Amino acid sequence: MSGSIATVLLAMLAGSLRVSTPFLFVSLGECLTEKSGRINLGNEGVLVLGAMVAYATSYETGSPWAGVAAAALAGLLLGGLHGEVCSLAKVNDVAMGIAIMLAGTGIAFFFGKPYVQPSATLLPGIPFGFWSASPQVRNALLVCPLFLVGIAAAIGLHWCFNATRAGLRIRIVGDSQDAALALGLPIDRTRFIATACGSALAGIGGAFLSLYYPGSWNEGLSSGQGLMAVALVVFSRWNPINCIYASLLFGAAGALGPSLQTVGITWGYYLFYAAPYVVTLVVLIITARGGRSLRGMPGQLSIGR
Amino acid sequence: MPATPPTHTGISRRTLLQGTAGVAGLAAAGLSAHPAKAAKDLVAGFIYVGPKDDYGYNQAHAEAAAMLKKMPGIKVVEEEKVPETDDVSKTMESMIKLDGATLLFPTSFGYFDPYMLKTAAKYKDIQFRHCGGLWTDKNPMNTGSYFGYIGMCQYLNGIAAAHATKTKKIGFIAAKPIPQVLININSFALGARSVDPSITTTVIFTGEWSMPVKEAEAANSLADQGIDVLTCHVDGPKVIMETAERRGIYACGYHADQSKLAPKGYLTGAEWNWITVYKQFIADEQGAKPLPNFVRGGLAQNFVKMSPFGPALSEAGRKNVTAVKAEIVKGGFAVFKGPMKDNKGNVVIPAGKSYPETAVELESQNYLVEGVNGAIA
Amino acid sequence: MSTTTLAPAVSNPPARVADVWYPLRRSAEAVLVPLAALAGAVGLFSVFLLALGQSPLDFLDLVWRGAFGSWFSVQNTVQRASPLLLTALCVAIPGQLGLVIIGGEAAIVLGGLAATVAALPLIHTAPVIVWAAMAIAGSAMGAFWIGLSGWLRAKLNVNEVIASLVLSYIGLALFNHFVEGVLRDPASLNKPSTYGIGDQNMLDTVPWLDVHPGMPAGIAACIVCWVLIYRTGFGFASRVTGGNIRAAQLQGLPVTKLILTACAIGGGCAGLAGAIEVAAEYGRANASLNAGYGYTGILIAFLARFNPLAVMPMAILLGGLGAAGGLLQRRMGLPDATIQVLQGLIFVSILASDTLYGRFRWFQPRGTA
Repeated sequence: MSGSIATVLLAMLAGSLRVSTPFLFVSLGECLTEKSGRINLGNEGVLVLGAMVAYATSYETGSPWAGVAAAALAGLLLGGLHGEVCSLAKVNDVAMGIAIMLAGTGIAFFFGKPYVQPSATLLPGIPFGFWSASPQVRNALLVCPLFLVGIAAAIGLHWCFNATRAGLRIRIVGDSQDAALALGLPIDRTRFIATACGSALAGIGGAFLSLYYPGSWNEGLSSGQGLMAVALVVFSRWNPINCIYASLLFGAAGALGPSLQTVGITWGYYLFYAAPYVVTLVVLIITARGGRSLRGMPGQLSIGR
Repeated sequence: MPATPPTHTGISRRTLLQGTAGVAGLAAAGLSAHPAKAAKDLVAGFIYVGPKDDYGYNQAHAEAAAMLKKMPGIKVVEEEKVPETDDVSKTMESMIKLDGATLLFPTSFGYFDPYMLKTAAKYKDIQFRHCGGLWTDKNPMNTGSYFGYIGMCQYLNGIAAAHATKTKKIGFIAAKPIPQVLININSFALGARSVDPSITTTVIFTGEWSMPVKEAEAANSLADQGIDVLTCHVDGPKVIMETAERRGIYACGYHADQSKLAPKGYLTGAEWNWITVYKQFIADEQGAKPLPNFVRGGLAQNFVKMSPFGPALSEAGRKNVTAVKAEIVKGGFAVFKGPMKDNKGNVVIPAGKSYPETAVELESQNYLVEGVNGAIA
Repeated sequence: MSTTTLAPAVSNPPARVADVWYPLRRSAEAVLVPLAALAGAVGLFSVFLLALGQSPLDFLDLVWRGAFGSWFSVQNTVQRASPLLLTALCVAIPGQLGLVIIGGEAAIVLGGLAATVAALPLIHTAPVIVWAAMAIAGSAMGAFWIGLSGWLRAKLNVNEVIASLVLSYIGLALFNHFVEGVLRDPASLNKPSTYGIGDQNMLDTVPWLDVHPGMPAGIAACIVCWVLIYRTGFGFASRVTGGNIRAAQLQGLPVTKLILTACAIGGGCAGLAGAIEVAAEYGRANASLNAGYGYTGILIAFLARFNPLAVMPMAILLGGLGAAGGLLQRRMGLPDATIQVLQGLIFVSILASDTLYGRFRWFQPRGTA
C-alpha cells in the first residue's frame, strides 16, 4: 500500500511538472492583464492559436524556438486586438474575451488543418534526473526549458510590479482610474500593452502544449487551460509568485485521476478527473469568505465591482 | 427496390441548383464538375463525428471515402465534426435534399439511435448504413449496419506485445468501459497471455473518446509504472503513439496505421479496412441489387487488417503473429474460450464453451479477464 | 426590420414639442447598429475569403441556401436555434444584474438527468404527468445549479464568472459519473445511458412545422422573461442593480434575493432545455446532452445585449450559420472551422459596436429647449 502511495505521489509530482507549465503561462499573462484593470477571458483562444502557430512554425522552419517566438507574436496580436477594442467606450471586456476566444480557436482550427498530420520538431527537455538510475525518476525530472522560462517570468513580473516604475504604473492604472488620471498616466495605452503582453505569455503556454507536452497539434489539444487562468489568478491573489504554486497544485490534482487507476483505484474516475476544479472552488470559497472585495484585487477590475 | 432509387426531390433540386448557379455566374465547379454525368452518378454521403485526419477512427473511414472518390460513377460528399445530436439528422437530410445523396454512411456509433432510425423512417427510398453493428430486423429495411471483428487484431497486437515486453507489464488506454472496448482490452490481454501467462495488462479509462492531454497523462502514468508496451482504444491514438515513442517504449496501433508516429517502437497495429465494405455496398447499389442490412467481417473477409510489422518486433514475434493470423483466417478460431475467469476470480466462460468472433454473446461483454489490472466503474 | 424602414420617415421632427419620435429612433439605433456591425463582419470575412482565393459571393449564396433558401433549410435553422433560446436566457437573465454566468452547460445536462430520473417512476402513468414532472425536475435542478453560483456570489463574494465555470466542470463530471455509474441502464451497452422514458412519453415535433418542440417553449420563455424584466418590479430592481450594484444596495434593494432569483430563473431555463432535449430527442440522459448548447447560449445572450426578445433573432442567426456550415464543407471544401471564424468576427464586431451607441446625434433626443 505504501508503495502505491509513493507511486501516486511520484506520478502527481511528475504530472504537476508536466502539465503545470501552460497553466503557469496563462495565469501569469492573465495576472499581468488584470493588474492593469482589465480581464481577458480570451486567453483560451490565444492558447489554442499559440499552440497551432508554434507547431506550424516549428514544422516549417525546423526550429521549435522559432515556434515559441511565433506563438508569442500571435498572442501579442490577438491580445492587442482585445486591448484595442476594449479601450473603446462601453465595450464589455468579459464579453469581448469570449469573442476573442471564439475567434482565436476558429482561426487556429481553420489554418491548423494541414498541420494535424505532420510531426514537427519538438522542444528538448533538460535532464535534471541524470543522477538517477530509475527511468521513472529520470523522466519525472526531464524538465521543459519553458517551465524554467515560466518561473523566471513569474519572478520577473513580481519584481516588475514591486520595484519598477512600469510595474507601479500598471498597478495604479489597475487600482484607481482617478489616481491614474490625476498622475496623467496613459490609461488606455498601459492597459493595451499589459493585455497584449499578457496574451503573448498565454501564447507561449500554447507553444508548450504543441511542442512539448502532449507535443502534438490537434483540435482537442486544450482542455480549458486558458479558461481556468481566470480562476488561477484569483487563487493566487494577483501575485505572480503564487501563480507558480497555483499551477503546480492544479497540475498535481490533474494527475490524480490517471495515477490512481494505475494502482488499482478505479472507482469514480470522472470524479477524480474533476479534482482540480473542486480544489479551485474550495480555495476560492475559503479565501473569498466575508470580505467585500478580495485582498490584492485590482480596484478597476470589471469582475470585482 | 427500383433500379436507381427515384430521388425525385434530389434530382430536381440539384438541377435547379445548377441552374441558379449558372445564372448567378457562380463557380458551379463546387457543385459538380460534369453536370451532364452528375445526374446519373450515385451520391454517397459520409458523416464523421471528429476531424477526418485524426489518425484514428474517422481517418479510417475518410481514407476509404477518398478511395471511392476516385472511382467512376460515384460522387462522395463528406461532413466532419458532426456531433451525436439532432445535428446529424439535419446533416443527413441536408445531404439528401441539397446534394441528392441516396446512400448515407453515418459512421459514428451514437448516430444510430434515434437519429438515423428517425431519418430513415422519413426517407424510405434512401439507403442508410451505419457503422457499429447495431441493426436488428426490427429496424427499418432501408437501414443497416456493418462492422468488423477488430478484436482479433487486438489479440494479434497482444501476441506482438508479449514478444516485445521486458517487464511483462503492458498497458491499454481506453475511452469508456463499453463492450466494444472491453472485447479489445480482453483480446489484447489474452493474446499476450497466450505467449506468456505471467504478463499483466493495466488499463486506464480516460472517460472521453478524444481528450489528448488526458491520453498523454495516462500514457505517462503507465510508463511510470514500468509498462513497456501500449495500445489503446480512443478515437485519435496519435498522442498515445507519440508519447510511447518519446518514452522509449513500444506501441501497437489501433484504427489506422500509426507507424509513422512511432518509427522505432511501433510493433504492429489493428486497422480497419473499410474500403472492402464500402465497395460492396456501392457495387450493389449501382448494380440495382438490394443492399444487405447486416454486414460483418474479420481478417478473413478483409474488413480489418494488421499494420506492417515495425522494426522493433523480433523474428520470433513476427512468426508467431503470422502463424496465428493464418489460423484466424482459416476460420473457427476462438479467443474467448472456457474455462475463463474474470479478474475478480469469477468464472465467466465455463470449460468446454467457446465463442468465435461471430458470437453475439461477446457483444454484451461486461468483464475484464484474468490478468487485467483495472475495473469497470 | 419594420423599424429600419420607418426610421427614415422621421426626418424633421418639430423642435418645440417633446420628441415623440425618440423612442422609435432609439429602437432604430438598436437595430441598425448591430446590422451595420454584422455587415462589417461579413465584409471582413469576405476579405479573408478573397485572400484565400475563395469567392465571397459563392460563400454568401451557400450560407443563404443552407440557412434560409428552402423550407428544409428554414426548418434546419429553426431546429438548431430552438435549444439555444432557453440556454441564452440562462445568461441573459442574470446578465440583467450585471452577472456573467458561463456555466449553463452543466445546468442543461444535470437538468436533463434530473428530468429523466423524475420521469422513470412515472412512465406508466400519462405522458402529461411525465412531462410535467420532467419540466419541474429539470428546471428545479438547473435553478439549483446556477443558483449555487449566485449564492456563492451573493453570500461569499466569490466571483460568479469563475464559480459558474468551475461548477460547470464539476457538474459535467457528476453527470458522467451518474450516467455511467449507478443510473446506467445495463442494456445501454456501447453508449452508456440511463433507463429510457419510453416511446409513448416522447414529445413529438411541432405539428405542421415539423420542428423541435423546444421552439414554442423557448419563444414563450423569451416573451415571459421580457415581460418580467421590462414590465415588473423585479425586472426594474434587477436593471437598477445591474447598472450599479453599490447604488442598489444603498437604495435598500434586496440585492442578494435579486441575484438568487435571477440565477434561479436563468438556471431553470437551461434545466428546462435539458429536460426538453431528453423528452424530444434521446428519451434518456446520455452524453448527447453535452452538445455545447450552453456555450452557444452565452454568445447569443451577449449578441442580444441580454434582451430576451432579441435572443430570438440572434438564435436564428447562429442556428442558420450552423445549418449552413455543413453545406460549406461539402460544396466549397472549406473546413468546419470556417463558420467558427465567421462567428468570431461577427461576435467581435457586434460587441465592438456597443461603442457606437449614443455617438450619432440623429438617434438622440432632441427638442429640448
